[in-house]
Amino acid sequence: MRFEYAPAPESRDVVDIKPSYGLFINGDFVDGSGTAFKTINPASEEMLAEVAAADEADVDRAVTAARKAFESWAALPGRERAKYLFRIARIIQERARELAVLESLDNGKPIRESRDVDLPLVAAHFFYYAGWADKLGHAGFGADPRPLGVAGQVIPWNFPLLMLAWKIAPALACGNTVVLKPAETTPLTALAFAEICVQAGLPPGVVNILTGAGATGAALVNHPGVDKVAFTGSTEVGRLIARSVAGTGKKVTLELGGKAANIVFDDAALDQAVEGIVNGIFFNQGHVCCAGSRLLVQESIAEELLDALKRRLGTLRLGDPLDKNTDIGAINSAEQLARIRSLTESGELEGAERWTASCPLPDKGFWFPPTLFTGVAQSHRIAREEIFGPVLSVLTFRTPAEAVEKANNTPYGLSAGVWTEKGSRILWMADKLRAGVVWANTFNRFDPASPFGGYKESGHGREGGRHGLEAYLDV
Amino acid sequence: MSETGRLAVRKTYKLFVGGAFPRSESGRSYVVSSSKGDFLANAARASRKDARDAVVAARKAFPGWSGATPYNRGQILYRVAEMMEGRRAQFVAEVVDADGVSARKAGELVDAAVDRLVWYAGWSDKIGAIQGAANPVAGPYFNLSTAEPTGVVAVVAPPFGPLLGLVSVVAPVIVTGNTCVVVASERAPLPSITLAEVLATSDLPGGVVNILTGHTGELAPWLAGHMDVNGIDLTGCDPDLARTCEQEAAENLKRVLRPAKTDWLADPGLDRMTTFLETKTVWHPVGI
Amino acid sequence: MASSNATLRAFLYGLPGVDRVGADQRAATLGTRSIKTTAKAEAIDLAISMVDLTTLEGADTPGKVRAMCAKAVRPDPGEPSVPRVAAVCVYPDLVACAASALSGSGVKVASVATGFPSGRTSLEVKTADTALAVAAGADEIDMVIDRGAFLAGDLARVFEEIVAVKQAAGDAHLKVILETGELATYDNVRRASWLAMLAGADFIKTSTGKVSPAATPPVTLIMLEAVRDFRAATGRMVGVKAAGGIRTTKDAIKYLVLVNETAGEDWLDPAWFRIGASSLLNDLLMQRQKMATGRYAGPDYFTLD
Repeated sequence: MRFEYAPAPESRDVVDIKPSYGLFINGDFVDGSGTAFKTINPASEEMLAEVAAADEADVDRAVTAARKAFESWAALPGRERAKYLFRIARIIQERARELAVLESLDNGKPIRESRDVDLPLVAAHFFYYAGWADKLGHAGFGADPRPLGVAGQVIPWNFPLLMLAWKIAPALACGNTVVLKPAETTPLTALAFAEICVQAGLPPGVVNILTGAGATGAALVNHPGVDKVAFTGSTEVGRLIARSVAGTGKKVTLELGGKAANIVFDDAALDQAVEGIVNGIFFNQGHVCCAGSRLLVQESIAEELLDALKRRLGTLRLGDPLDKNTDIGAINSAEQLARIRSLTESGELEGAERWTASCPLPDKGFWFPPTLFTGVAQSHRIAREEIFGPVLSVLTFRTPAEAVEKANNTPYGLSAGVWTEKGSRILWMADKLRAGVVWANTFNRFDPASPFGGYKESGHGREGGRHGLEAYLDV
Repeated sequence: MSETGRLAVRKTYKLFVGGAFPRSESGRSYVVSSSKGDFLANAARASRKDARDAVVAARKAFPGWSGATPYNRGQILYRVAEMMEGRRAQFVAEVVDADGVSARKAGELVDAAVDRLVWYAGWSDKIGAIQGAANPVAGPYFNLSTAEPTGVVAVVAPPFGPLLGLVSVVAPVIVTGNTCVVVASERAPLPSITLAEVLATSDLPGGVVNILTGHTGELAPWLAGHMDVNGIDLTGCDPDLARTCEQEAAENLKRVLRPAKTDWLADPGLDRMTTFLETKTVWHPVGI
Repeated sequence: MASSNATLRAFLYGLPGVDRVGADQRAATLGTRSIKTTAKAEAIDLAISMVDLTTLEGADTPGKVRAMCAKAVRPDPGEPSVPRVAAVCVYPDLVACAASALSGSGVKVASVATGFPSGRTSLEVKTADTALAVAAGADEIDMVIDRGAFLAGDLARVFEEIVAVKQAAGDAHLKVILETGELATYDNVRRASWLAMLAGADFIKTSTGKVSPAATPPVTLIMLEAVRDFRAATGRMVGVKAAGGIRTTKDAIKYLVLVNETAGEDWLDPAWFRIGASSLLNDLLMQRQKMATGRYAGPDYFTLD
């Protein structure tokens, strides 16, 4: 019998999207001086809201507000800062459903992920760093480590609220104030977070949210009043930022791109490896910097594994992000869809064999079906460049040493996966892989207590854990 | 000519690359003078190609050095200290020449340099315990963070403190398993080559430390822009050169240690080590 | 392959391992599927048709079995559109009673056998137990494996017992109970599944219901993977029965989702997937009525048989 799941949409009624949004500066929503822009639902291309754009004067106002707030915020006893962060964490939990729906609407990610992954991690991150605020003297950075000042933070569109949490929670815990710019295509949850700051009674100016495009981000990063720059996004922009802060006193942390190898040995727990591969590259439509976008499979089981993988991909459900049974949501923007298409076309042109799961795509919105390429060589663009979409490149290897060599043969070094039932081989591989996160017999796991960040061109600095404090302390 | 009438046998100061002492491929040299202005030697003036060769040597040495046990690295650094101690008189003389300090002061500086090396030698098997962590994640996972060397690091040594400053910037980079290419003090490069002689005879694998003498402003930007260099210590750069180098370093997102006013006799802290350490976090499920 | 412990071990221990955390997560993720409206209505009826309505108590009597059989044939007397269940499952001494009560109804008679639930008796008794149940009218035999032998590494003994019981069962369908709660690891569940299938099992079944934990979604997931892979390797299709602890409609539907997304739709049929349960049936009926009337149902309106 065929078991069709009826549509099971999460209700949109829990969110109340205003027709237009201003900037959040010094505790107030104010008009922006730039040209307002629209944010759309990528699953339907419907307009969600009009959002203000911050120009240089707005950036200056926000940095000034943050600077003014810094003195008293940094002087506040850690336990008091902690309580603000605990409050924020609680309000996020209370409004989790609303925020999850809002995130899925603006980003296109499946509600199952925004509800079960993003939002729980967002709240957990604030809880985690709240606890550090009054224990910084025990963190191994000296008896009384000082905050840096004003943090200018620029975040991407793939995990809008989670990236905000990764940036704001440690910054505030350490006593910094922040000016944060969410991505142009996903500003809504950051603006909802601004409301949460108000609900939490956070002093004005401690958190400022500026919406806008790349120019706003550049103005923020380059503002002389910013003491710390934190950026998550493409390596290309990360390079520009690293260049622009050269010769200044600004401290920088960068979380950039990746082209992670997910390495499957012939003795792996195959069913879990298949799940790990799926989770590695099709989680969040592959819009994940640490996505396992290169599958390195031992040649002796390549055929068996690929059959299992294709069968599994056939069960992925693509469609309405708000449907609770959706596994693959919408691509975040037309621009990103075009990039994915162009790279996959190059994959075909370069001679790799394309396989696409047969799933109908909705008429409106931005969609790309789960796709894998076999017969991929290290030299192909799809094996070297970050696609940032639901596209897996499959390569084979013969020996552990060859797997390591291929895995490390990239300018990136964010993450890697290893699948084998042999403990000593896992540890050997983990030792040899030049990547900041190694997932062994699992993939794409995140936790506020666990440091995250890359080697080489995947950026510098770590977010999460005790290590994540260093980025926001004068050490 | 000495008072006995015997003509001294002078040393030719060459580069130190891959454990060998080549001349600059460019054939160039430059005059090194004492702080009083007297001629000391013609030092090799390394070219960008020498810098390139040095990076190749450092890269080649990286797997072995980073894969050595921390205990072994510590032993080797301690051995370097032993050998320096044996050459104390030579180093003192070179520091007197270079910095114009009294023999007594120079002796203090050389002693401090030896002690600094001993201090760092002891860190080899301890820094990992300080920088690593078993992370208590909310799930059935073993989660461990460990510190690993960044890779090949370019080190622009400070112009002053030709021995203590040099040891203070090189030791923290290599003790953790990085390999390095050092641009020695342009004005006072001679102690660096004497140090190279110590390194060459103290069990340190060839290529772990490579030393270039020459013009800092000429060499540093090439290393800063080199795509196979993972980090750069700009301690010896003036502000303009530091900015240029940091901009160049952005091309492959090098880890950058910016120049800062430093008292070389003070406790160095961990910063020089941690800047060139990566944190690797490994997850594994816990289940039966 | 079945010639010795060594060859069986070589094969079964050569199967891919199961990572417990990963398997738990996969089952949990599938447990978040939201089955609503028309899909839920279909799923409820499918689940009813897959129920092995079970009573396995020391206090079982002919009266109790007859009442249960009536319920099996017509679960909701007021609602003729409710499908009948797949089978009733009883102890061997009550097979004759069940067979006469169900005669001509299409509901199968399943009998536990082989010294259920512990199986701690001789092979002669086990085969006799089986043959007598079949002679009394059992269509299906639910045997238990010798978990002690399995854990002691005597895989050939387990294998040979299944072969012998299969032979004693004749045309009756053989369900092999692994008692996964006593096998402890998921690796063992996978190995025992393959062992049973290689020995000729028509169905592999999670549990007796007498040991905790009984059926769990991850254990069932692993067994569904095993039947899926076994068909791919041999062409023969084997059924799966989840038994014990499945009490609510929500749980039952989670199992159907597991079947659908693991073994596939071919198994979404009472011939290939069963749910061993007793109280589950009334919850399915209550949910069914809620869907039909829009009102929440009450237990007083459903028979307790």
